[in-house]
Amino acid sequence: MKHTELCKLISRSEPIPGIFDFTIESENIAKEAQCGQFLHINCGESTFLRRPISICDAYDGKVRFIFEVKGAGTRELSKKQTGDMIDVMGPLGHGFEIKDNVKNPVVIGGGIGVFPLYKLAKELHGRADVFLGFRSKDRVVMESEFESVSNMVITGTDDGSYGYSGYIASAMEQYLNFHDCTMIYSCGPMPMLKAVKKIAEERGIPCQISLEQRMGCGIGACLVCSCETVNGGADKYAKVCTNGPVFYSEEVTLND
Amino acid sequence: MINTKVDFCGVEFKNPIVTASGTFGFGMEYDQFVPLEEYGGFSAKGLTRAPREGNKPPRIAETPSGILNSVGLQNPGVEYFAEHIMPIISEFDTNIIANISGNTVEEYCEMAQILSDTDVAIVELNVSCPNVKHGGLAFGTDTHVVNDLTREVKKHCKKPLVVKLSPNVTSVSEIAKAAADGGADGLSLINTLLGMRIDINTRRPILKNNTGGLSGPAVKPVAVRMIHEVYSAVDIPIIGMGGVTSGEDVIEFMLAGASLVALGTGLFAKPDLIIPVKRGIEEYMTRHNIENITDLIGAAVMN
Repeated sequence: MKHTELCKLISRSEPIPGIFDFTIESENIAKEAQCGQFLHINCGESTFLRRPISICDAYDGKVRFIFEVKGAGTRELSKKQTGDMIDVMGPLGHGFEIKDNVKNPVVIGGGIGVFPLYKLAKELHGRADVFLGFRSKDRVVMESEFESVSNMVITGTDDGSYGYSGYIASAMEQYLNFHDCTMIYSCGPMPMLKAVKKIAEERGIPCQISLEQRMGCGIGACLVCSCETVNGGADKYAKVCTNGPVFYSEEVTLND
Repeated sequence: MINTKVDFCGVEFKNPIVTASGTFGFGMEYDQFVPLEEYGGFSAKGLTRAPREGNKPPRIAETPSGILNSVGLQNPGVEYFAEHIMPIISEFDTNIIANISGNTVEEYCEMAQILSDTDVAIVELNVSCPNVKHGGLAFGTDTHVVNDLTREVKKHCKKPLVVKLSPNVTSVSEIAKAAADGGADGLSLINTLLGMRIDINTRRPILKNNTGGLSGPAVKPVAVRMIHEVYSAVDIPIIGMGGVTSGEDVIEFMLAGASLVALGTGLFAKPDLIIPVKRGIEEYMTRHNIENITDLIGAAVMN
């Protein structure tokens, strides 16, 4: 039986303003968690619905997730202190597929979309070439952690204040002109995902992308967190919570 | 010893807890948390004659103590349900309520006919979905239409027929009387209340569909009032729903006049909600020396 679980918050930090890095204790979730899956978290009294937050890492009975304060729910969650209990459901969803025969995997994340890619990069055992994009220098986060688990990391900023100057998808496109790659993994804002999907499909490279959507039950029953697919009829909209959050780019249209 | 059995339209429910259509999928998702046998029954995702893709996302917006949804009846169609889903879910020892929405009277009748040959316990006529352009709510706000539709569907339906009522009407008891007069065996209420939320930064509604149906604890007092009003107006039994999140809520709905009570939006926050709900009911019955839960139905005394 699946169940919700009260998990103790064992460490918390705010690496950059408004971004919170939490680690909770849970043997079950740590054991089961796959990269790209998410937790459905009861943030407290201020909100009715749970909030879906991606798993950043899971190891030794500990589960790490990093989130940005965006509204009432995440604001209340951010106020939890070490030792507090958090009501968590998970791990949920269909995560990234790691195939052993993948050659030179490329991982590309933008903004808060980099967090769900960390466990993935770890599980690619130093083989991944990683592209991390942020708005500006003061929003760069987890760069050194990605460096320690990857073959190479290229960090960029939209405003050129740090690293590669411009959209990170452009950096990846230039890289692909000179490197073979048989799988792209991506998570980030919609404009970036659209660019990555286009680049991957033009070159015939399979591409897995992680989507987000406003969510209800989180387990596939309520059909609110839908995304448009290339299918028709009752299958036109897939469930981000259970069919995803990770999809192959060719399955989804990314239409708003 | 407390007895939670309820006879509803000739169907025995081991307890009065059911679920609201649209919040519970086809049951399997929640069976991962609590065995479906724990529920008296459940109402499956709303069905239409042909498969439906549903509305564009976003389909949900949170509100104070509730949510707005605009799913728009995404479903694989009644035939797929009868052929592929019923064989799986009918294995569970619980009552299945099939919820149907049509574009036309004929579609409703055909769907009732198809479901009559399955193991569903009850057919629930949805005349109150606020999220579809045709049918749905358009059927449920006019007494003559509700009366005629119920009468026609009843001719094709071999199962007990429950009509699901909309709160988006001036007088819910008039619609209830029209359904009862048309031959409905029972009623269920309330469906969602039509609402809207606007993102003040983009100046656009959060829901792509602009409007959606409000559910959750925010609507509970409206539901209690309407159930009581309908209970006082008709002699057929009621499935009550609208923001139930505890055993105490179930008791309140039964006192207002509900024979069965559905969990809905509350399941999103707590997928194992039925466990504390049942405990709450048992504690109340023990504390108040109530042997049969049916003694509570409509037992509220008005001031």
